[in-house]
Amino acid sequence: MLKKLGLKKLGQKKLGVLATVATVLWATGGAFAFPDKPVNYIIPFNAGGESDISARLQQPYFKKITGDDLIIQYQAGAGGAQAWSVLNDQPGDGYTIMGTNLPHIILQPLLQKPGYETADLTNIYMFHFTPDALLVRADSKFETIQQVIDAAKETPGALTVGGTATNTANHIANQRFSTLTGAEMTYIPYTGTGATIPALLGGEVELLWGYTTVAAGQGDKVRMLAVAQDKRHPLFPDVPTFKELGIDMVGGAYRGIAVPKSTPEEVRQQLSDIIGQINADPEFIKEMEQAGFAMLDVPYDGMEAFMGERQKIYEDVARQLGSLK
Amino acid sequence: MAFDLGSVLVQAFSPFNLLLALLGVVLGTIIGALPGLSATMAIAVLVPFTFAMDPASGLIMLGAIYTGAIYGGAYAAILVNTPGTPSAIATTFDGFPMAKRGDGDLAMTLATLASVVGGVIGAIALMTLSPLLANIALAFQSSEYFWLAILGLTLIASLSTGNVIKGLIGGAFGLILSMIGVAVVGGDVRFTFGSSALLGGIDIVSALIGLYCIPVLIDLVARPDRHLEPAPLGRGFRFFEALGLCAKNTVNLVRSSAIGTLIGILPGAGGSIASLVSYSEARRSSRHPERFGKGEPGGLLATESANNATVGGGFIPTLVLGIPGTPPDAVILGALLVQGIRTGPELFTQQSGIVYIFMFGLLIATLMMLPVGLLIGRYAYRFIVNTPKSLLVPLIAFMTVVGSFAIHSNPHDVVVMVLMGVLGWLLSLGGFGPSPIVLGLVLGQIAEQGFIRAYMIGGARDNFGGQLLFDRPISWAIVALIVITLGLPLLRLLRARSGNGKEAQP
Repeated sequence: MLKKLGLKKLGQKKLGVLATVATVLWATGGAFAFPDKPVNYIIPFNAGGESDISARLQQPYFKKITGDDLIIQYQAGAGGAQAWSVLNDQPGDGYTIMGTNLPHIILQPLLQKPGYETADLTNIYMFHFTPDALLVRADSKFETIQQVIDAAKETPGALTVGGTATNTANHIANQRFSTLTGAEMTYIPYTGTGATIPALLGGEVELLWGYTTVAAGQGDKVRMLAVAQDKRHPLFPDVPTFKELGIDMVGGAYRGIAVPKSTPEEVRQQLSDIIGQINADPEFIKEMEQAGFAMLDVPYDGMEAFMGERQKIYEDVARQLGSLK
Repeated sequence: MAFDLGSVLVQAFSPFNLLLALLGVVLGTIIGALPGLSATMAIAVLVPFTFAMDPASGLIMLGAIYTGAIYGGAYAAILVNTPGTPSAIATTFDGFPMAKRGDGDLAMTLATLASVVGGVIGAIALMTLSPLLANIALAFQSSEYFWLAILGLTLIASLSTGNVIKGLIGGAFGLILSMIGVAVVGGDVRFTFGSSALLGGIDIVSALIGLYCIPVLIDLVARPDRHLEPAPLGRGFRFFEALGLCAKNTVNLVRSSAIGTLIGILPGAGGSIASLVSYSEARRSSRHPERFGKGEPGGLLATESANNATVGGGFIPTLVLGIPGTPPDAVILGALLVQGIRTGPELFTQQSGIVYIFMFGLLIATLMMLPVGLLIGRYAYRFIVNTPKSLLVPLIAFMTVVGSFAIHSNPHDVVVMVLMGVLGWLLSLGGFGPSPIVLGLVLGQIAEQGFIRAYMIGGARDNFGGQLLFDRPISWAIVALIVITLGLPLLRLLRARSGNGKEAQP
């Protein structure tokens, strides 16, 4: 109660002091004093997507660790921009958190005017990514990445590769692949991951830029040629990484959590710790990897370095795509 | 089949599952009846509760809500001319004129019967033909979606009989509206005028609420006469009259349900196209096409059976291929994943019959729509008819605001709704109907993306014509339908004219 009243009445400076006191209390009290009521988790996409599924998987662990509920809400629109542009208008008490996605939150401000800047979003944790993967149908003639590169070099642009929309993780993966290998393919954008699957299975495109999650969902109907991870994905021990093949591609669609700017440092750290704890739970890791996700741990204090590194990569690719002037 | 029918039936008919199905249908019907509240939303909210249940029970509840919500969309469409979901757009064409002339009770009963028939046919297709039909989802590619959208657009011609030019202008305006926002293909930012709120484009549901409902509200206030002609007391459900009409329309119902099931299977299409195409087909094959749009029961039966058939149809690719057929299917698929159920053809043979319990549950829920729908429909109709205008108008106005806000919890959609509403009213004064605009808006993106993709792929393969049409038999069939739809009325007209010139031929 004291905390809630205090937050409203005190100014910014005093707030910090109060929060420090509160942290000490938490630390000495042992158990979590934050949160002491349900936390709203806003997903800036429609229900049923990968952001939603990962939030649903986090839900029970959040409850287990904190004793409080994580309430998932949806505020879809403009590829997430509608929710991100109003994040900082939300109360900064730690009870409103929002999912963030890369490359979206870097590319949107770079290429459009989405109503927010990358720096406006206070990310407190990046918890996993869905690694880029190049997929073909199970009956495709392509068995290895090298065969794809050879075919693409022979007749540049004749191979079609599907992916989700334009200036997205898939689009970037295609451009990066092309820059690194010299293989030129025609990128065909679809409305969402869901729409790309019938395109691949039905034979409209020869290849698909997807994620490990797609391969996990489609089982033996598709073949993954390589994944953009540092190490092989535990679910697909036989699929090589691009790195093993000498192609320096590690990346995909990253997911994390941000809080409104007004959230005090201590609460940010606290939330980061909770998400970190969820991410460290062996049972949780098993569930996520079964679904095809790749775990990632970028806590609050490592965020700046991580975001800086991704920003540079995306800016380079956007320039190559000609999207960035 | 590797499952035990007896135990499946016992589980599907367990009292708890029956209760869940009933609860789901009631809840779904109410949610669907309120414009702006969608099946997707209702399912997303309820998914966490189903985690506590056994997977089959959870699925039954979600399926019941889904089918109830699609049916409930007919209420607002018939009684206040507002399609609560895109699937109910075509229901307004004949449903509202019927209600206006005092046949609202009949229209509600017809919608209920049609929805049950469509739902049952869709569910039976799901149970018996799933693995076979799932391949249709893969046979339809970008060029087929393009032609399908064009087929939907041909409806503009028949909707604006007597003033095709105005209909075409409206349709073109709708197409322009559909371009607003970030383009999926190319990523260009179009017609946003620097406003970040427009990046996501015009939300279809908020445009629907605005274009259909606001002009009705303004008319209600501006005119002294009653909103709907009241039905004489003690007329009941007019159930047998409705049944008779259904019997006369058997072919229509079966055809529309088949169209609904097939289009439901296509992940990129959905209930709106299904009901529009079946409406168009019903009109074309009717002996009295001129009655359509003026309160023809056949039109209502076609759209309502088709959109409920998409429920069963949509589950086919969801369960067999892991590709959600409709947005609510995407949520249900997500729930399945979280519960650790893997989709695929093996789902039909293993998983201890969960899928079959669910499919029987869906069938039961669909049948429950009959009593539930008749009862709720009767009260909804009486309420709308008997509520004085001074109460009804503020109430509906309030619902339009709540509904358009609820789509994305975003005030921007409310602004869009009101602007579209005022625009729709002004245009209606000039003789422009809302439907061509809405058709343009709904079908524009599907048509554009389908065409551009076919163009890009054709370019890569150096065979644009083949990719778009010549190498694609399904596209031939759709194009043939387009030609027939556009050509037949013209032919009839020519024949009538030449007949008038000479002696009339019998």
